[in-house]
Amino acid sequence: MKKLLIALITLIPSLAFAAGPTVPLDEAKVDLHDKASLQRGAQLYMNYCLGCHSLEYARYNRMFNDLEIPEELGQKHLQFTGNKAGDLITINMSPDAAGNWFGNPPPDLTNVARVRGEDWIYTYLRSFYKDDSRPFGVNNTVFPNVGMPHVLEELQGLPEKTYEERRIDGEMKEVYVGIKTDGSGRLTESEYDQAMLDLTAFLVYMGEPMLLEQRRTGWFVFGFLLVFTILAWLLKKEFWRDLK
Amino acid sequence: MSNAPVDKGRRRFLTVATGVVGGAGAAFTAVPFIASWNPSAKAKNAGAPVEVNIAKAEPGQMIRVKWRGKPVWVVRRTPEMLDGLGKIEDNLRDPNSEEPQQPPYAANKYRSIKEEFFVAVGICTHLGCSPTYLPSGMGEHVEGVESGFFCPCHGSKFDIAGRVFQSVPAPLNLVVPPHYYVDDNTILVGEEKGQA
Amino acid sequence: MANKFVQWMDERIPMTKTWNIHLAQYPAPKNFNMWYIFGVLAMLVLVNQILTGIWLTMNYVPSAEGAFASVEYIMRDVEYGWLLRYMHSTGASAFFVVVYLHMFRGMMYGSYQKPRELLWLFGMFIFLVLMAEAFMGYLLPWGQMSYWGAQVIISLFGAIPVIGDDLTLWIRGDYVISGATLNRFFALHVIALPLVLVILVFLHIIALHEVGSNNPDGVAIKKPKGSVPDEEKPKFKFHERFTKKYDIVDAIPFYPYYIVKDLIGIGIFLFFFCYVIFFNPEMGGFFLEPPNFEPANPLKTPEHIAPVWYFTPFYAILRAVPDKLLGVILMFAAIVLLALLPWIDRGKVRSVRYRSVLHKLNLVNFVISFVVLGYLGTQPATPVATLFAQIFTFLYFAFFVFLFFYSRREKTKPVPERVTS
Repeated sequence: MKKLLIALITLIPSLAFAAGPTVPLDEAKVDLHDKASLQRGAQLYMNYCLGCHSLEYARYNRMFNDLEIPEELGQKHLQFTGNKAGDLITINMSPDAAGNWFGNPPPDLTNVARVRGEDWIYTYLRSFYKDDSRPFGVNNTVFPNVGMPHVLEELQGLPEKTYEERRIDGEMKEVYVGIKTDGSGRLTESEYDQAMLDLTAFLVYMGEPMLLEQRRTGWFVFGFLLVFTILAWLLKKEFWRDLK
Repeated sequence: MSNAPVDKGRRRFLTVATGVVGGAGAAFTAVPFIASWNPSAKAKNAGAPVEVNIAKAEPGQMIRVKWRGKPVWVVRRTPEMLDGLGKIEDNLRDPNSEEPQQPPYAANKYRSIKEEFFVAVGICTHLGCSPTYLPSGMGEHVEGVESGFFCPCHGSKFDIAGRVFQSVPAPLNLVVPPHYYVDDNTILVGEEKGQA
Repeated sequence: MANKFVQWMDERIPMTKTWNIHLAQYPAPKNFNMWYIFGVLAMLVLVNQILTGIWLTMNYVPSAEGAFASVEYIMRDVEYGWLLRYMHSTGASAFFVVVYLHMFRGMMYGSYQKPRELLWLFGMFIFLVLMAEAFMGYLLPWGQMSYWGAQVIISLFGAIPVIGDDLTLWIRGDYVISGATLNRFFALHVIALPLVLVILVFLHIIALHEVGSNNPDGVAIKKPKGSVPDEEKPKFKFHERFTKKYDIVDAIPFYPYYIVKDLIGIGIFLFFFCYVIFFNPEMGGFFLEPPNFEPANPLKTPEHIAPVWYFTPFYAILRAVPDKLLGVILMFAAIVLLALLPWIDRGKVRSVRYRSVLHKLNLVNFVISFVVLGYLGTQPATPVATLFAQIFTFLYFAFFVFLFFYSRREKTKPVPERVTS
């Protein structure tokens, strides 16, 4: 019995690990109240991602509204597809053509934050590296053999897997120390990280545009339930005095 | 089982209080169910204001657009049509547009912002058919009137300002929707000026 | 005025009589504990599911092309659509939470024993229909898990010899899960099964009120007529339907006493329920699985398919068996054995309070096996996990086998004449 118990306890972490990702993910500290960050994220998305990835369940004017962007300004600077502010955020590329170019049609990303999680997106966007064996010349440590070019190269520069010589147990060994950019991009490393955090935040917003309203309503409901439960408790005590 | 006296006041108070709070809870719960019947974002966006370009409208011509799924007419009236408006008022139910069938800025003789352009929802106020525009030949239906609208369903008649004639089934003048001139060549149907 | 209305009604339909028999003059044992809240909660969740379900169908599009987008439309474009959807998705899981606890209450206090066998069977049918209802409902959002989960479960029927393959084809109405499958599941989910469910719940309650409620002591509150002196009888008036043949002791009217008590339980339950709805609708991937936010793709299986948590104990049993047919048989046996409890348990004492230590340990074994199997069902089938699933499958079935043998001559504690406390 004791052995069984020990085996059971040791089993739990191994099981959990089996389902987990192979690359440790960096934590994305997303703040949905930070509208400026969301606006920057929206700008990045519309300029770099919307060419291939639609947000076809969301509408432009809802996004403008939620992100506190005046509609006229938004239509001018952020809306490149559709005519009306109330249109869905679609793309012009047909899925068939895209399938031919990339192997698979680029997925719609409205819900990507709910499918993958914010940490995954944040890490993925910062994990492209040079790999000449791939059709687009880049690969990704989080999503190996991804069929997508590094569209943000002009911002980040060309990232490469970097190794260092280190002495381990008296022997010199090559150690993988992470992905380093060659510095040819417009942004510094920390600027790029911030930009990717903005983009991640925007996608988190996209996945659950009602999240802030949902939380607010939740607190109101909690307050109401507290009053109701206390009253019900007093009422029960009052009636049950009959039975004493 | 003791026979402790029941505090009736307290019991009644708590029963009523719990009932009221519970009732309020039921009302709160009803909110999402009721609100979900309002037009959705999709419907609202589909019913968004419509721009009408009037630059190329010939005198006497009608432009039809769809707004909130309904036909909206923009008629460029000729001077003859406008002249005819004053002559038939005895024949009309509501010649001075007293019923609220139009926004205040169209509650005038011409039922329009600019005399020339008449904007109206092309739905008969009787049972919802869409009347026929008769730029000429209205005389067939009303003696001495050259132009107007005739509803083929039940024979309701309207003059060229959408005012209903007497002794027809339709009770009210045609509806003038909210609209304004964005510039000289463009009307925005579905929105008042300064509202967004 | 109100009196006249009631009189008018009573002359035409048994309104007051029904109210009295089932609520105001229904004798409920005075010693119900918190385990007795889950029946009421199950009713509450049922109402929630029916109402939100009706409202969801107003915007849902049951077609392979439109289903996923229509759910997103509800979540984004319909006013408060997200709330209605989360109420329904959370309600599905909440239903199983309260039903599992309700069933466990019955097991603890022997509520399935004579004369409540039929009551228990109606309950088991409710459980079965509920599983079918939940399974078909899960296909409707047409996400990746909807699709592949349904694919796996329907394939189970392929294990049946001879007719298996034809049967799966017939259930799907196509060579794969398709719009045809979706449409028939939709019809069953929104009309047929809810109807059956409501009828079964009605029968469950009628059966309960016919034999009377059990209680944590498992002691009858109906005594032979004339055996109880007047001063020991409760001071309340119970309906003559109950007092005609028996002397009722230790009982209180369901209304108002248990109604007001249940209000507290409902309030506390709603705290948990609303926490999930407003703060954690995915419940860590257990209530709404992340891959289900991707539209169904018949060409790409998610890396790890797990059914929703309420099916995982049975799913783990299925996977633990290396033979497909035997796995399916064992999985269904796990449910059938539960239904047969009134005949497997041959004991005369109902409540666990007065039963042997062996029985207590056996019940603990059942709970642990059920929970561990449920956990294993959510995890990938590694060799170690499979071994454990086999061990706990064995223990799950052992519960019933042991019970059958020891219950006949079990050493029980003396049962009190009357309910305690």
